[in-house]
Amino acid sequence: MSRTSMVGDSSSWSTALVKISPYTFSAIGIAIAIGVSVLGAAWGIYITGSSLIGAAIKAPRITSKNLISVIFCEAVAIYGVIVAIILQTKLESVPSSQIYAPESLRAGYAIFASGIIVGFANLVCGLCVGIIGSSCALSDAQNSSLFVKILVIEIFGSALGLFGVIVGIIMSAQATWPAKSV
Amino acid sequence: MYGFEAMTFNIHGGYLEAIVRGHRAGLLTAADYNNLCQCETLDDMKMHLSATEYGPYLQNEPSPLHTTTIVEKCTLKLVDEYKHMLCQATEPLSTFLEYITYGHMIDNVVLIVTGTLHERDVQELLEKCHPLGMFDSIATLAVAQNMRELYRLVLVDTPLAPYFSECITSEDLDDMNIEIMRNTLYKAYLEDFYKFCQKLGGATAEIMSDLLAFEADRRAVNITINSIGTELTRDDRRKLYSNFGLLYPYGHEELAVCEDIDQVRGAMEKYPPYQSIFSKLSYGESQMLDKAFYEEEVKRLCLAFEQQFHYGVFFAYMRLREQEIRNLMWISECVAQNQKSRVHDSVVFIF
Repeated sequence: MSRTSMVGDSSSWSTALVKISPYTFSAIGIAIAIGVSVLGAAWGIYITGSSLIGAAIKAPRITSKNLISVIFCEAVAIYGVIVAIILQTKLESVPSSQIYAPESLRAGYAIFASGIIVGFANLVCGLCVGIIGSSCALSDAQNSSLFVKILVIEIFGSALGLFGVIVGIIMSAQATWPAKSV
Repeated sequence: MYGFEAMTFNIHGGYLEAIVRGHRAGLLTAADYNNLCQCETLDDMKMHLSATEYGPYLQNEPSPLHTTTIVEKCTLKLVDEYKHMLCQATEPLSTFLEYITYGHMIDNVVLIVTGTLHERDVQELLEKCHPLGMFDSIATLAVAQNMRELYRLVLVDTPLAPYFSECITSEDLDDMNIEIMRNTLYKAYLEDFYKFCQKLGGATAEIMSDLLAFEADRRAVNITINSIGTELTRDDRRKLYSNFGLLYPYGHEELAVCEDIDQVRGAMEKYPPYQSIFSKLSYGESQMLDKAFYEEEVKRLCLAFEQQFHYGVFFAYMRLREQEIRNLMWISECVAQNQKSRVHDSVVFIF
């Protein structure tokens, strides 16, 4: 089955897209999974960290409890690493005649999509947890009974990253490359 | 973009905002004020204050305390905190922090010029200046004879230079001109500060606009009340009002023609936020107006702390501290003169 009979003859964009190797898409997906997740985690950590340091000058008791916010942000980066490792185990080499077969394309797109899902979900999750962590540190410094209540908000926020990881892993589970046939 | 400051504010301002919020937690509470109001002598006050954050500043003072010493040491604490924040700040926060002190600079300039007019000694005047408003060449202000010299010799190198374009005349300085000069400078300063905050945008612009508008309106009312019965013409009065605020422009038109306090009250009662202030005063009474304005100001300043990630907290903190120092000065004067019944006339509780 040749690929030109599947794709509409008229559009040159769709021809161009289909001619990009699925391995390119997979590699970009894996890069985004880890790169953008780490961006989100780092962003969240600096937002929390700068407020925490300043607030701890007047109220040193808050430092140990508020490190939880930093840990939640760090978890986001760990999700990114885990998913990137899972995705790269899904890469298989196929013979060159099969590279542009529909199943190969599907596998490539699935890995790409999984990477985007995880990367961007972790980006916003890291941001969210970081901003709440900053407010948590400042509120705890004023009134220590507020800490546990704001921590509940942070827990809900960090669930967003988990949603992304779950969907990403499900997506990548169907990234099956065509079996090597003669 | 309003609403997204949280993503980038902490890069440069996160540490300082957390520090200023820590300082705000150290402001005296109503319980502290109650203790202080019940003191019999200034040494009792020193003992109560040593349990608060003012402790380190007052503990080395020798025993016969004066009220001016207490106020001086408390102001010193504010200046230390301000300088610490200023040296840690980057642009544009450092410019913002400097803007907060220009008001004190204007007051110092007017103090020295007035004192020189009344033949006081320069050193004595320098000691009375507010430390936040000092600049290098301030002592040479005593030499100037009229405004043009004042500008050319001293003020052209200070941050106040751009505010002088409207008030350079060759007349000699006398009491009336100096008051007009003070109010013209302050008007230019408030407008400049307002424009700067608008340029910063976001939550800072919104919160500072509200605080500065209240300041402009309060000054308009004070100018009106103080110039009733003087030789200040209506046009001159109108020139002293700022170009922003709730009262601009229609309220200013009404205030410019007021000739007594009841007319002022009538003009102000059309604006709901000020109507609640004026309704606390009975007819013909203006002594409580200052306190009513201070209370309203403190309420708005405390609201600035409700939001995170903007510069308004720095301005609000400096103003609240100044209010606290005013409170301490009033309480210590009442205690020193044995007039404890009048203590609550002028103390504005912050919390």
